[in-house]
Amino acid sequence: MSNATTTPVPTPSKPKAASKSKAPAPREINGSAAVLEAFLEEGVDTIFGYPGGAIMPIYDALYDYQEKLKHILVRHEQGGIHAAQGYARTSGRTGVVFATSGPGATNLVTGLADAMIDSTPLVCITGQVFAHLLGTDAFQETDVINITTPITKWNYQVTDATEIPAVLAKAFYIAGSGRPGPVLIDITKNAQIQKFSYEGYKKCSHIRSYRPKPIVRKEYIEKAAQLINQAQRPFILFGQGVILGKAEKEFQAFVEKSGIPAAWTLLGLSALSTDHPLNVGMLGMHGNYGPNVLTNECDVLIAIGMRFDDRVTGRLDKYAKQAQVVHLDIDPAEIDKNVKSTIPVWGDCKETLPLLTELVEKKTYPEWLKRFKDYYKEEVDAVIKEELNPTTEQMTMGEVIKVLNQFTDGDAVIVTDVGQHQMVACRYAEFKQSRSNVTSGGLGTMGFGLPAAIGAKFGAPDRTVVAICGDGSFQMTLQELGTIMQSELDVKILILNNRFLGMVRQWQQLFNDKRYSFVDIASPDFVMVAKGYGIAGQSIEKREDLPNAIKAMLDHKGSYLLEVFVGKENNVFPMVPQGCSVSEIRLK
Amino acid sequence: MQLEARSLQLKNMNPNKQQYTITVYTENQIGLLNRIAILFSRRKINVESLNTSPSEVEGIHRFTIVINETEEVVRKLCRQIEKQVDILKAYYNTNEEIIWQEMALYKVSTEEIAEKVKVERLLREYGARAVVIRKDYTVFETTGQREETDKLVEVLEPYGLIEFVRSARIAIIKDSHGFHEKLKEFESTEPSEEVVENEFLDKQDEVFTM
Repeated sequence: MSNATTTPVPTPSKPKAASKSKAPAPREINGSAAVLEAFLEEGVDTIFGYPGGAIMPIYDALYDYQEKLKHILVRHEQGGIHAAQGYARTSGRTGVVFATSGPGATNLVTGLADAMIDSTPLVCITGQVFAHLLGTDAFQETDVINITTPITKWNYQVTDATEIPAVLAKAFYIAGSGRPGPVLIDITKNAQIQKFSYEGYKKCSHIRSYRPKPIVRKEYIEKAAQLINQAQRPFILFGQGVILGKAEKEFQAFVEKSGIPAAWTLLGLSALSTDHPLNVGMLGMHGNYGPNVLTNECDVLIAIGMRFDDRVTGRLDKYAKQAQVVHLDIDPAEIDKNVKSTIPVWGDCKETLPLLTELVEKKTYPEWLKRFKDYYKEEVDAVIKEELNPTTEQMTMGEVIKVLNQFTDGDAVIVTDVGQHQMVACRYAEFKQSRSNVTSGGLGTMGFGLPAAIGAKFGAPDRTVVAICGDGSFQMTLQELGTIMQSELDVKILILNNRFLGMVRQWQQLFNDKRYSFVDIASPDFVMVAKGYGIAGQSIEKREDLPNAIKAMLDHKGSYLLEVFVGKENNVFPMVPQGCSVSEIRLK
Repeated sequence: MQLEARSLQLKNMNPNKQQYTITVYTENQIGLLNRIAILFSRRKINVESLNTSPSEVEGIHRFTIVINETEEVVRKLCRQIEKQVDILKAYYNTNEEIIWQEMALYKVSTEEIAEKVKVERLLREYGARAVVIRKDYTVFETTGQREETDKLVEVLEPYGLIEFVRSARIAIIKDSHGFHEKLKEFESTEPSEEVVENEFLDKQDEVFTM
């Protein structure tokens, strides 16, 4: 077999202090088995995948590993990668995906882009045609490395089986360390078949060209603490960095000692309990009123593990111009990317937060906090009251979430799709513990919800997982009901059906004079579809049925689909219109 | 369309834009060129010149990239370049901070030259060197900065310049002490206090505002 494009593995990983007393004797295995051995060494227990020609040798090897490695057969590779994302988000571990070459690999693209922008650790293995066929337009050959370069943290093509242990060690190290992200390893079929002398697996802990964490510089922590201690109106913004850094406790300690009100980004949600007295709500386009308005009134802005996405900042040249900014982030490229920081604090917030907590004075800001509360009252009167206790005949999305909260008590994992229902779910869902909110933030991937919920359940098998979907989003990946059926999974599916592509319709109403261009989407009988997959369910339209229906869904053993018809033309408010400053947030 | 053209014009007229030379130290890895290139194309930045070569350290490659941009964009780009796993370090410098050269080759009809100009004078004046002299054509080579190599094009054009090509820029950073010491830092698992990667922190002052 030709291996014309073989390159040496660039950076041999240094062995960690030998944990096993003696190295196992070399044995002859093929590349496919080496992949699975690597998984076992890395503690992988679940693989989401779909077989095909170019990955058949790996699936053949998997046949002998079925007892140690659970493989979930999805219905589409996109479903597989979203499931792996859901798994990673609830478990805090690296999600693993198998796909074949060509269409299998290209079907991963959306999930890779989503995982890249939302910093989700994944290792995706794609099969590839034989190395001697590379570049010949062979059957199911696609240049997956070049397609995925901009949307992977790292990718690599293996053409020789001997590379596999070191490359996979590197893949897992890169995916999970520093700012996490997706890694794709493309393995040619000859390398999967090729036998070699396997000398055991060595985990990777250092790559010379890769610094996962910047060194923490104490002088910047000191400067930051000084700034915070002098502040009159400090304000904390927190993002997923707190969750990815597993620093929820450190963060809470910082918030409580400093006494500073804290608001979350979409992905930071659940890092701090939603009923915490200093949790003042959500930032951004559909965030809460106070956090948006007061961003432009605070004097010190402390951003922790967040990247100032444009959906958070609104118009950048009118964003927090009065404030001095302390930015804590593990990724140096995020510092000053969108908002210039006064004091940059590079590093893992698990390390930087305790250092900062030690130096900040114990304080409270009752007057300042009251301003958030006052704005909240205004928001309740203008928006929230009607959303949660509507006077209209038709139900609202908000009241459905409210009833869901009453039954889950904030303990469920909420997975959402993308659109109005996502914003409403994230605005009103209650969370008591971290890693409870799984949503597609940066990429805004419709169709993310159902497959991600499948993965979320595998990542947190003891928790209730509720996928909240829109009628549009659900139809993008509803084939994954087949995965639920076959895996006998317990996922609750709550479809908030407004018979519209609601978010786009809202924009068309507000900004395009109600020219509803192609947002009127027809749906099948979702309950009947679910029934076809052996999944129980019901559909409701009346308010009086809501509590019992939610209860029936949660009490049901196994998966359940509940469709709730809600008002057709309800809008999500508040809203920072695109191109406006956060202080121009609209309540209606 | 007109509006687009105008905004493009405005963009190009940004007075803060100038030539920057980006020097990138990398592992020798297939696909890395693409990984770097897409960071520029993603922002719709034209790469004026790109050279890849070995560096002073064995096994470490060196990219020299020239672009016209503002410092804030170049700084952000360098951080995003450096963030790539197989890249060790990215520096950016203005033309004043580097010593740089480009090489050019000129193919001219030998007959023309022999008849109409004094070859020796040409060689001396522009520091050109004849690489190949054949009956039908002669190939000259010069090394220098853009204006210098351009001048010779002008001089040769009336005499029928058959072919012209210029290489990418290569540059040496005046202040650099080379990469050997830095590499040791990168290779150690526990970096020391003066670890290189935080050096942007001390250059905070002129960071952009929007």
